[in-house]
Amino acid sequence: MSAYIIETIIKVVVVMLVFSALAGFITYLERKVLAFMQRRLGPMYVGPYGLLQVLADGIKLFTKEDIVPSNANRPIFMIAPVISAATAFIAMAAIPFFPEFDLFGHTVRPIISDINVGLLFVLSVGAIGMYGPLLAGMSSGNKWSLLGAARATVQLLSFEVVSGLAILAPLMVIGSLSLIDINNYQHGGIFDWLVWTQPVAFLLFIIAGYAELNRTPFDLLEHEAEVVAGFATEYSGMRWGMFFIGEYANMITLAFLSALIFFGGFNDLWFIPGGIAILLKVMFFIFLFLWVRAAWPHIRPDQLMWLCWKVLMPIALVNILITGIVVMI
Amino acid sequence: MFEAVAFYLFGALTIAMFLIVVSTKNILYSMSALAAGMIFISAFFFLLDAEFLGVVQIVVYTGAVMALYAFGMMFFDSTRDVKENIENPRAVFVLSGMIALLLVLMLGAPIVGANIEASQPTPENMGNAQAVGVVLFTKYLIPFEVAALMLLVAMIAGIILAGKKMDHSLTLMNEEDSNICDREYKKNKKEEQS
Repeated sequence: MSAYIIETIIKVVVVMLVFSALAGFITYLERKVLAFMQRRLGPMYVGPYGLLQVLADGIKLFTKEDIVPSNANRPIFMIAPVISAATAFIAMAAIPFFPEFDLFGHTVRPIISDINVGLLFVLSVGAIGMYGPLLAGMSSGNKWSLLGAARATVQLLSFEVVSGLAILAPLMVIGSLSLIDINNYQHGGIFDWLVWTQPVAFLLFIIAGYAELNRTPFDLLEHEAEVVAGFATEYSGMRWGMFFIGEYANMITLAFLSALIFFGGFNDLWFIPGGIAILLKVMFFIFLFLWVRAAWPHIRPDQLMWLCWKVLMPIALVNILITGIVVMI
Repeated sequence: MFEAVAFYLFGALTIAMFLIVVSTKNILYSMSALAAGMIFISAFFFLLDAEFLGVVQIVVYTGAVMALYAFGMMFFDSTRDVKENIENPRAVFVLSGMIALLLVLMLGAPIVGANIEASQPTPENMGNAQAVGVVLFTKYLIPFEVAALMLLVAMIAGIILAGKKMDHSLTLMNEEDSNICDREYKKNKKEEQS
């Protein structure tokens, strides 16, 4: 029992450290990739190729003054960024990152808690992440923050419906909510990947995922031109940094989820061992995030709602219906 | 030991959260505390190996219901304290205390009598979600379908009530067309004049 507890604590610490560091590193990648696509140089001055820019940004965030506005609701204002970052990391508890491996004669399963309904857990904890922007906006005592919070609620609630319905179709094919079962279902090589049988579900899931992460085509929560910085207007220093880390951790979660559900997960791919295969897939999805950010403009809030309720949701329902008929036959 | 510690921890947390909900005067505090309490309740489902219900508790109560409350609360000033108007605090205290005591006695009686047993035990080698599905589509089929029908009726009613002139943009409508906007406009005008 105590060995189990110690092992779990070690896993938790490793996941926390690795993904917070990765979140910082992805910001560097994001700036470099965006700069490349827009024919700029990006960060160049701090360290070789601007590699130490991440460190400089970190020092800046940690040493900045932590300001709480006088009209803000102090405890809620202070707790909101913690919710945002914490839910992003809690969601990772049910994700199997790699295949099992042996370390000093001890089999390590790289999943913190193997619950039976892993996928639902990840999605629902991700949905709770909405309380970060929501409480931040409502406690700031600032109208831009409140507008950002209203947009956050509308956008995340609406797209949760789409992502839930989209994921239902592949789940009907597999018949299990466990991410490990979903991964094992696709063990027979590249043609077993669910993306070939459920391409519509994959597209819907990734679009809804972008909206839930408020990545660029849908980043209405903190649209600079309309609502200053949305829910994060009044935040500074590390409290703002926690929102930031939460967003990037959620990006990694979505990349792992897409790779696990639709792209074969951590099964061996030709000669590539499973652990490296899933890393390559996750890197591709992260790159896709940056690529989309460079390629697409923002959309308006009414266009977003139109897209969600009049386009994506009917397609998701039809997809479920067709999948149901095919599964029944 | 592990379960006992977790149970008492989450029990204390849940009670503390719900105590904040009923005792605070700030609606933002009470809403956050209610949402947190709902999440702590889901911990009990996880402790009882009912992961599916635990996740449903999180996603339905905290993810959807509380978010709708929060969205409704955005139209109020959440920084001001609410002044409650209680005519007779003693009567409220006694009545709510009696009801709480009655509920505890009713729900605690089978445990004291030790005659609690599952009338429909969970089948072996069946996951959480499957077990819920089997029960829903066999024993509770009719309540399930009736609930679905009621939700459908509620949804249609909601669409009809809220969906007047939904295909027109409110900003492009002229005054006479939109009764709702018209009324608001006149009211604002009156306030400006006075």
